[in-house]
Amino acid sequence: MAEAKFTTIKTTMLERLHVDGFLLFALMCLMGIGLVTIYSSGGQDWNLVNRQLTRLGIALIVMFILAQIPPMAYRRLAVYFYSFGLIMLILVLLVGVIGKGAQRWLDLGVIRFQPSEVMKLAVPLMVAWYISKFNMPPRSRNIAIGFIIVFIPTILIAKQPDLGTSLLVASSGIFALFLSGMTWRLIFFISALGGAFAPIMWFFLMQGYQKQRVLTFLNPESDPLGAGYHIIQSKIAIGSGGVSGKGWLQGTQSQLEFLPERHTDFIFAVFSEEFGLIGVIGLLFIYMCIIIRGLMIANHAQDAFSKLLAGSITLTFFVYVFVNMGMVSGLLPVVGVPLPLISYGGTSMVTLLAGFGILMSISTQKRLMSR
Amino acid sequence: MPPKRQIIRDHTAEANLVARRTVVSIVFVCVLMSIIIINLYQLQVVQYEDYQTRSNGNRIKVVPVAPNRGLIYDRNGEILAENKPVFSLEITPEEVGDLDATIKQLSALMSLTDSEVKEFKSNIRRQRRFKPVSVRQQLSHDEVALFSAKQHQFPGVSIEARLSRYYPFKDSLTHMLGYVAKINKKELVRLDEDDQLANYAATHDMGKQGVEKFHEKTLHGKVGYQQVEVNNQGRVIRVLSFEPPLPGRDIVLNIDINLQKKAQEVLAGRRGSVVITDPNDGGVLALYSSPSYDPNLFVHGISQKEYNKLLASKDSPLLNRATQGRYPPASTIKPFLALVGLEEGVIDETTEINDRGTYRLKNVDHVWRDWKKYGHGTVNVTKSIEVSCDIFYYDLAYKLGIDRISESMQLFGFGRHTGIDLLEESSANMPSRGWKRARFNEPWYIGDTIPVGIGQSYWNATPLQLAQALNFLINKGQRHTPRLIKGYMVEGAVDVLPVEIQSPIPIVDEYNWDIVLDALYGTVNRSHGTARGAFKDTDYVSAGKTGTAQLFSVAQDAEYDEENVSARLKDNAMYIGYAPYVDPEISISVIIENAGGGSSNAAPAARVVMDYYFSEVKPNGIALKTKKNASDSISQARVSANTAAIITTETSGG
Repeated sequence: MAEAKFTTIKTTMLERLHVDGFLLFALMCLMGIGLVTIYSSGGQDWNLVNRQLTRLGIALIVMFILAQIPPMAYRRLAVYFYSFGLIMLILVLLVGVIGKGAQRWLDLGVIRFQPSEVMKLAVPLMVAWYISKFNMPPRSRNIAIGFIIVFIPTILIAKQPDLGTSLLVASSGIFALFLSGMTWRLIFFISALGGAFAPIMWFFLMQGYQKQRVLTFLNPESDPLGAGYHIIQSKIAIGSGGVSGKGWLQGTQSQLEFLPERHTDFIFAVFSEEFGLIGVIGLLFIYMCIIIRGLMIANHAQDAFSKLLAGSITLTFFVYVFVNMGMVSGLLPVVGVPLPLISYGGTSMVTLLAGFGILMSISTQKRLMSR
Repeated sequence: MPPKRQIIRDHTAEANLVARRTVVSIVFVCVLMSIIIINLYQLQVVQYEDYQTRSNGNRIKVVPVAPNRGLIYDRNGEILAENKPVFSLEITPEEVGDLDATIKQLSALMSLTDSEVKEFKSNIRRQRRFKPVSVRQQLSHDEVALFSAKQHQFPGVSIEARLSRYYPFKDSLTHMLGYVAKINKKELVRLDEDDQLANYAATHDMGKQGVEKFHEKTLHGKVGYQQVEVNNQGRVIRVLSFEPPLPGRDIVLNIDINLQKKAQEVLAGRRGSVVITDPNDGGVLALYSSPSYDPNLFVHGISQKEYNKLLASKDSPLLNRATQGRYPPASTIKPFLALVGLEEGVIDETTEINDRGTYRLKNVDHVWRDWKKYGHGTVNVTKSIEVSCDIFYYDLAYKLGIDRISESMQLFGFGRHTGIDLLEESSANMPSRGWKRARFNEPWYIGDTIPVGIGQSYWNATPLQLAQALNFLINKGQRHTPRLIKGYMVEGAVDVLPVEIQSPIPIVDEYNWDIVLDALYGTVNRSHGTARGAFKDTDYVSAGKTGTAQLFSVAQDAEYDEENVSARLKDNAMYIGYAPYVDPEISISVIIENAGGGSSNAAPAARVVMDYYFSEVKPNGIALKTKKNASDSISQARVSANTAAIITTETSGG
């Protein structure tokens, strides 16, 4: 009996802390893999690992705090959060700090703040809030307003320019709309419209370097030492890893620095080179576990807002994974999207785990609500 | 706010809707994940080998390693060309904290010039930061010592050594040995044509002249390779494998450096050349051209100023007079013509002429004169050589005609390359009807033939050709090609190369050769011989022929410095000879430009070298002395036996 009692207590413990044990475990696995790979790709520099550890700690605390807030509170705060983000984005364009050729940051004196990161959560919150006010499936008018909610920040971010983030922000909103049950007819119509819009984007919206990236993506070998260098070296790293990989710390492409952006956006190439196809499939398995778990949480969520929000956060997480792996392995043009929880870097890590905090809140706080 | 006219929400329907969409999402996720996996499978399994190769191509670089150049020894194992480490001061920018400060300090210590600093700074911009860049090359020993003591104050600055060619005997061997210098563009093209570019991938210098050039292939060796792992900047991380280069072969020359230096000494301050060969195999014991210059100047790149000085010098120090100097051979060719006359039956041992000092042809106005104003009186073939009678040879040439002279003299190597292992060789000129037609578009006149009899007119020859012709004569038609290379040095012993033999000159009557050789003996040893004075009281018996070439026309600068012009129009003194008379060991060809008569200028020079050979190089004088007497009696016996004792044979010296 004592044994049974103990298990019960343990379950309640995690539940009381509003932590989804399965998700936490899977996320920790990814973080571990990330640290190991950063150590290897960063020239075995402990400083790099330590800094990443600090960030992970901060991000985990953020996640834990956000998990304590009930979904209803998010629903109430959605509009304010979104409006705040929008103002910040406009401010960035007006008085933002320029770095790496783009205007993304707001200098708040103490910290540099990247409003586009806020939008990664604010947009799905806003869309979920707006759509869930009505019966589902939503009507075309609501869908249209939903799209406006999505595209205002998306365009603002794209103008910074930050193609990767705008892509993630756009998809987070669109996923919420998709999950809400917008008709397939509308989906096809919008896809067709998007197709027609592409040339307009090319000629009027995309910056020179973005066009170059797309051209390079289409034929990287055309400029092997220039624009195509990243992607060629990356493919060589992945390909030469083979089935079983070259071994940890043994990846020549990364250790000898042929691979650019080794510990940030291209870390997947390092991982693939050193751990091979077997390692990659293991990694994908963990990602799949997280995504399926997230979609299950969405499915079991108690109200429409939570469902849409949880699904949107999860699918956006998948977009991270797919876009990053796709660009590193040459399937997609290079846009600055990190490999979630593995790439070195702070801001997106905090946003990601904040998203998982909300997910955990949805996952663990439904019973309280149902009572 | 929209009006609240909504129907009551069907939560189950909505949940089902989201559930359906979730399933669609999962399918969507799975499809995209599959695409990722298929793509990775394509990269890591299907195209694995391709990417593996490209990955290795990135990191593995093959670095060629230059072979050490073969050394050059003289016949006694003395090193004539060696590889010496030269030191250069180099800076590796990456390892230096403050480059400007370091250069400043270094300038103070090593007194670097502004141009050195400027050049260094421009070089540094073209190099990776971890690659050392040289500040000063060819440091002196003092400079090396000076820096070494302070090295600890200069992190990132170091002294690097590399091997560079050095010629310890400096100007003694220049024309024969040649030198190496930096490979130029033209040579690169040629190397490419010969498929040798890869072999020279790491080589800086190559042979430009002389033995260094002729035996370049042997001396160079085969390139080695080092497989190294490099990073993206080309920095070597580690060595993966090493295939050592095959060093060039060490060459042993027939040259005797002491004899060579003696030849240099004899010519000191004069223009000319000395060629000493071994008649037994054609081996060249000494080959000196004066004036000379220091070949070491060229190894590290001669300055334009110094090069211009060499080029502009009226004494043409760059010319290898021994093989490229085209001199009228003058009387030195009389023995060869005499032999041809005998062999052709135009003259015989008893043929005599009466020399009154002049020679005329019927219906020709021109008068050809003997060098001796009133002539030598009655002269037969032996005496004609001994006293160097000109009239005898005017007449002989007239009788032989240019065709027979030209053809037979080519057999003695005149007008042809000797085939010595040097590329700087002139074939000089043996005139013929065809040659004159081609050269001047004129027919050959009888008058052209007469001066050919005394080695003047259009006939010219190199000192080496004369030495070679003499050897052919000594060996009675056996022909060895003159050779500088004796063999290869293999583990301290000489691996001797076979002697190169050409088809012999056909002989009609061997006795004819004896007559001529005896006359050469007489030239040195009999009372009226032109070289008697020069070879008085030698410890060995030698034979030879003097020559004094008149310079009919000398290309001169348009400068009317009377003293200079007249000095350059003075006769060339010449001598060819060999010793001992029986079983000869050395033969010599000496020419001294504008020195005057051969017997008083060239022959004494030849004697100094021969004396040196028999006293120092081959010090067995006593054995030679007995040989001398023996040879003399042989000579006497032969002459008397043939009842042709026109000339009283005298033993020279005592």
